[in-house]
Amino acid sequence: MTRQRQKGYKLGYDFRTQFELKLMLFPAVILIFVFNFAPLFGLLMAFKSYEPSMGIGGIFTSHWNNFQHFTRVFHNFQFWPMVRNTLGINLIGALVGIPVTLFFALMLNEIKHPKFKSLIQTITYLPHFLSWVIFGGLFITLLNTDGIINFLLMEFHLIDKPLQFLADPQYFWGIAILTGLLKDLGWGAILYLAAMAGVDQSLYEAAAIDGAGRLKRMLHITIPGILPTLMVLIIFAVSGMLNNNFTQIYVLQNTLNLPASQVIDTYVYQTGLLQFQFASATAIGLMKTVFALLLLVGANTLSNKLTKTGLF
Amino acid sequence: MVGGKSAGERVFTSLTILIMVILMVITIYPFWFSLISSLNSGEDLLRGPVFLWPRELTWASWEKVLADPGILKAAWITASRTIIVTVISMLYTSMFAYAFSRSYLKRKQFYVIIGFASMYFSGGLIPSFMLMNWLGLYDNYLVYILPNIFGGFYNVIIFNANYKGIPDSLFESAKMDGASEFKIFFRIVIPLSKPVLAALSVFTAVNIWNDYGTTLYFTQSNSLQTLQYVILRLIQSNRAVENMMNTVDGSNLAVSQLLNSSDGHGLVTAHTIELAAMVIASIPMIVMYPFAQRFFVKGVLLGSVKE
Repeated sequence: MTRQRQKGYKLGYDFRTQFELKLMLFPAVILIFVFNFAPLFGLLMAFKSYEPSMGIGGIFTSHWNNFQHFTRVFHNFQFWPMVRNTLGINLIGALVGIPVTLFFALMLNEIKHPKFKSLIQTITYLPHFLSWVIFGGLFITLLNTDGIINFLLMEFHLIDKPLQFLADPQYFWGIAILTGLLKDLGWGAILYLAAMAGVDQSLYEAAAIDGAGRLKRMLHITIPGILPTLMVLIIFAVSGMLNNNFTQIYVLQNTLNLPASQVIDTYVYQTGLLQFQFASATAIGLMKTVFALLLLVGANTLSNKLTKTGLF
Repeated sequence: MVGGKSAGERVFTSLTILIMVILMVITIYPFWFSLISSLNSGEDLLRGPVFLWPRELTWASWEKVLADPGILKAAWITASRTIIVTVISMLYTSMFAYAFSRSYLKRKQFYVIIGFASMYFSGGLIPSFMLMNWLGLYDNYLVYILPNIFGGFYNVIIFNANYKGIPDSLFESAKMDGASEFKIFFRIVIPLSKPVLAALSVFTAVNIWNDYGTTLYFTQSNSLQTLQYVILRLIQSNRAVENMMNTVDGSNLAVSQLLNSSDGHGLVTAHTIELAAMVIASIPMIVMYPFAQRFFVKGVLLGSVKE
């Protein structure tokens, strides 16, 4: 077996084979250099007095400006509310989302009727496949002043006049967190379910013989069994704390809820592409990326120390 | 199954089922509500929401949306880019992954490094915008295609894990017979990778169909609008009308025309137009996902769960 394999490997070393493989690889190498690495030069803008009128060459020829963009960003009155919104929505979202998804997966794992189980899964996957435009749009419709939620609250005399859910900043975090949770609940549970399927079944039988009920088995076998998966998801949540919800927030955002809904990504879009402040928008984007990377590395180190499992 | 049927277990089971049923209702009801609202007469909706079935059933809003040239054009742009990107990117990315997975590939380390670097480093929005401008992709249909031809290194990792399942002897005998790498890829690897190709195709198609960022960032002309973007504008201008803020996006002619033409008619209002557009735009995904569902677990598992 080994000898045969080595023969095959030797065959692979000829010029024609390597040329063919290179032919397969190179288009992607070019695309990665163009679309991923070339924009990295643009980050220079964050440290320079760059004006959009200078064109592409201006990125390299404009003057260094002693971190002016960064200091200006820190003194901007919009900066700290924006950081607070970004962290608040994502942090509370993760603090609520991870346990609820885990709970949902544990419940689902306890359902032994296969048809019912697959029905639940099919239905709860549905929102994941719709865009935020549609899913957000649905909730905007439901939450309107003449929408069904206000209608029901009025019918049951819980409120006297319709609540301005989307026009009032105080509801925005809640709406963003709940819609985010509902959209990916079923999808997020797939990972936990897959991890649960990998837990040694004989452990359950042994525990049942020892008289452990379903709750006990869940607590002492299932949860420790999926701990590595859980840790990976927590690391992802921590590193994603500063980004990846532009598509959600932008749909739900309007001028009235801006104090609670302006996050880093929407701010970069607004100042950069709508107001053409390329350099300072790049500076904010760069700061975000650096902090996200630090969070990723930090969470991973902590996880490696505490649970001996991590992403890398 | 192990375990007895004590009273506690029965309470536990019923409670679980109850929670699940409530959750299913919460998930599905918004869709049902939008569907019946879009099929109801717009004037009638002003008197109060419908709950289970349209009070005054009419297809007028649907007809209006389906006959609107702007929306039809947007649907065509969305559908064509979804199909083109899914087909090209799946074929090409799986081919890249094949070459990448060969243990006799020289200087493999180079591809590993640029692959992982591409996953973690990016210039961000503004530098990308400038790049698109510079390349002439700004406001060009190709901006929907070119940056997505390579499906990303994450997909390569999933393909790579999948190819490990193909026995080495298959490749060896093909090589002995003098088959080229391309022939091996098309004749052996592709037929044996159908499940992972299907799963990743679904993910890619969903992502492209649902993407509105590219349209928002990198295009400006009406003829390049995608379905999601048109609906986004509908929602935004609709809400603006509702809040009486007078900030209807005047620059977006197609949308304001659609809104203006729909106002004042009894059967169709801006509200039902918006709902009908949302329902219609979600139909392709809703039809597709139950069929693709059996591939999900495998596809997701391979990529995400740590061994």
